Amino acid sequence: MKPRHRRFAWIGTGVLALGTAVALVLNAFNSNLVFFFTPTQIVSREAPVDRAFRIGGMVEERSLQREDTRVRFVVTDTANRVTVDYVGILPDLFKEGRGVVAQGRLGADGVFVADQVLAKHDENYMPPEAAEAMKKGAEVSGSLSKTLRAPAANGSP
Amino acid sequence: MIPEVGQFALVVALAVAILQCVVPLAGAARGNAVWMALARPAARVQFLLVLIAFGVLAHAFVTSDFSVAYVAANSSRALPVEYRFAAVWGGHEGSILLWLLMLTFWMLAVSFFSRHMPETMVARILAVMAFVSVGFLLFLLLTSSPFDRLLPAAPDGRDLNPMLQDPGMVIHPPMLYMGYVGFSVPFAFAIAALLGGNLDAAWARWSRPWTTVAWVFLTLGICLGSAWAYYTLGWGGWWFWDPVENASFMPWLVGTGLIHSLAVTEKRGAFKVWTVLLAIIAFSLSLLGTFLVRSGVLTSVHAFATDPRRGVFILGFLALVVGGSLALFAWRAPRVGLGGRFEVVSRESALLVNNVLMLAAAGTVALGTLYPIFMDSLGLGKISVGPPYFEAVFVPLMAPALFMMGVGPLARWKQASLPDIALRLRWAFGAAVLVAVIGPIGAGGWSVMVALGLLLAAWIAVAGVASLWQLLEGADASDRWWERLRRIRRVTPAVWGMLVAHLGVAVFVVGVTLVKGYESEQDVRMAFGETVAGGPYAFTLRDVRDGDGPNYRYQRATVEVSRDGRPYTTLFPEKRVYRVQSNPMTEAAIERSFTHDLYVSLGEALTPTAWTLRIYYKPFIDWIWAGCVLMALGGLLAVIDRRYRRGRGTA
Repeated sequence: MKPRHRRFAWIGTGVLALGTAVALVLNAFNSNLVFFFTPTQIVSREAPVDRAFRIGGMVEERSLQREDTRVRFVVTDTANRVTVDYVGILPDLFKEGRGVVAQGRLGADGVFVADQVLAKHDENYMPPEAAEAMKKGAEVSGSLSKTLRAPAANGSP
Repeated sequence: MIPEVGQFALVVALAVAILQCVVPLAGAARGNAVWMALARPAARVQFLLVLIAFGVLAHAFVTSDFSVAYVAANSSRALPVEYRFAAVWGGHEGSILLWLLMLTFWMLAVSFFSRHMPETMVARILAVMAFVSVGFLLFLLLTSSPFDRLLPAAPDGRDLNPMLQDPGMVIHPPMLYMGYVGFSVPFAFAIAALLGGNLDAAWARWSRPWTTVAWVFLTLGICLGSAWAYYTLGWGGWWFWDPVENASFMPWLVGTGLIHSLAVTEKRGAFKVWTVLLAIIAFSLSLLGTFLVRSGVLTSVHAFATDPRRGVFILGFLALVVGGSLALFAWRAPRVGLGGRFEVVSRESALLVNNVLMLAAAGTVALGTLYPIFMDSLGLGKISVGPPYFEAVFVPLMAPALFMMGVGPLARWKQASLPDIALRLRWAFGAAVLVAVIGPIGAGGWSVMVALGLLLAAWIAVAGVASLWQLLEGADASDRWWERLRRIRRVTPAVWGMLVAHLGVAVFVVGVTLVKGYESEQDVRMAFGETVAGGPYAFTLRDVRDGDGPNYRYQRATVEVSRDGRPYTTLFPEKRVYRVQSNPMTEAAIERSFTHDLYVSLGEALTPTAWTLRIYYKPFIDWIWAGCVLMALGGLLAVIDRRYRRGRGTA
């Protein structure tokens, strides 16, 4: 093989590999990006019905219902409320009146069916998504809730 | 008074570091031997000073000196003494101090194990490392001093984050940091080579053991972190593609590429520019990891920092180091030269392909980790990229890399022949296919992914044996098998290291494949006395009792496990509430064995006599960490190879 051919072979292989990798990544990226919506956005039908997304906000006081390992609770951003349905064990730091983020799909009946409930490991910690939802919700309802815990000042660099 | 000694030691260390950075560099440029000779003693003094600062902080922790703000924030009187020591790196300031201690330790090591290297090289290497040290010392002194006082002193501390009160957490950060910071050595080697313009096989041979040792530490650090997440977080996962994990995984991927690229540079003189670039990228990613974890742009357990100044400082330093070294690279790389030529079918090609795949993998991890942060910081909305993305990308990227791992060791340098390789590997391929067909059926049901995983794992393992067999071949190819076996003593530790590390990858792949394929997870409600079946096992919840630990209260369940009707074991999962921080924590109970783990963790009390429980069956999960340990062991074997210890005269 001549050096020129060899160089072409290398460049060709490189371009092919790069192209494949980019195609793979973008395809996977597109179908696996999980967007985030606040209860207000969900109530006003901005959230998609055919793909999974995340919802964030505060777990409403006295809204938690249990039936064995199945739970139902209400996520609120103080302006609007969305009922969340989840089967499984909730994380240690899940509590009424605290921030929560859930991932799942919106059912036809307006109930959010979660396959993941996230609550991080610090009692003072508010998930950034939940903090954002509370902030927007407060803007919508026009009054900042006194019970809102200030999020850690680490949202964006 | 003692904490101020620590602060003072850091200030002096900064002065020494500046000296160590400037004077030897100038000496190397002007050929002044006295100035260059300053590098070694300066490095040793700097290590001593940082060690003093670290010792002072550790002393404050062990003696519970709550007049130091950092101690008050991360320790308490009730904290057991071993965790008080580990709490030194339980928060932001202490972790940076640990980072620095590691960095100066690596400098110390370079100052001792570099006698056979030219003085200009050593001077430049230590100066570059000192530059990094200056950055981190400034960071520590300006934005996050661990010695700041709290007046009046707190009566008791706020305790260490309960998640970190675990033996695994005591050694995970030092291991991980040794790895992270260790990549500063090949980085300094690369910069020194660019400055000096001489990059030859000897350079690669000096650089290799350092890179490998750093990689071994990083491998073990990641492995410990994964094992820790598995048993502490209480939901039985071993890798979450969390940004903090990704931050350590990216330098690992590039570091793995660097190790192999260095091998080519040493043996064949090829890939020179590529090797230098990888060394720069590996350390840049280590810095990026530090930035991600320490600046607070990510929000997870590890993100203690809430001060944006810190983020800006690290980002600025990162830009300076990465930008500066890449600019130097662009300027000087043409002088380094490309090195030896090779054919398309050769060992060089196999290694290059895997290098590119490793870099591509690191790139995809970076995209998934950084893209959400970019979007968020630009105010374009909050998105998250979860495990499905990483899994979808990683399988197709790693499958060809794993396949090439079987071929590479058998291919000849410079020019190999495909028919010859195929001939040598035909039995290995047959064996791998056999395992892929039969294995899944024996393990619990055939599926494409399990078959692919086992195929690749068996391929790597058997091809490894085939490459060993080829090495034992004498001058006459027709020699008998016992004659070949007799030559096994001649196999060098470096080759054994390669074989063991590759075997580790195979073991790791088996673990991942079988856990993914056959794990069973059930969340169930159980009343006292109730029994739940999981595979061949039956789990009976006897009771849940209260009790007191040193600094927490616990509820401990008694779960009896039987197999085929006979008692097998008893598990005691706990739910803990730590007194000071009042966070609940789940302590899973795990019964480990060679082929599977039984994993039970407590959910919540539904009634006084009924709880929710997680009952997991994890086949071959311990193989994942065993694989990592084998990889690290392989690295160590490679390092003890004698040719790295030859003096200048015999090299």
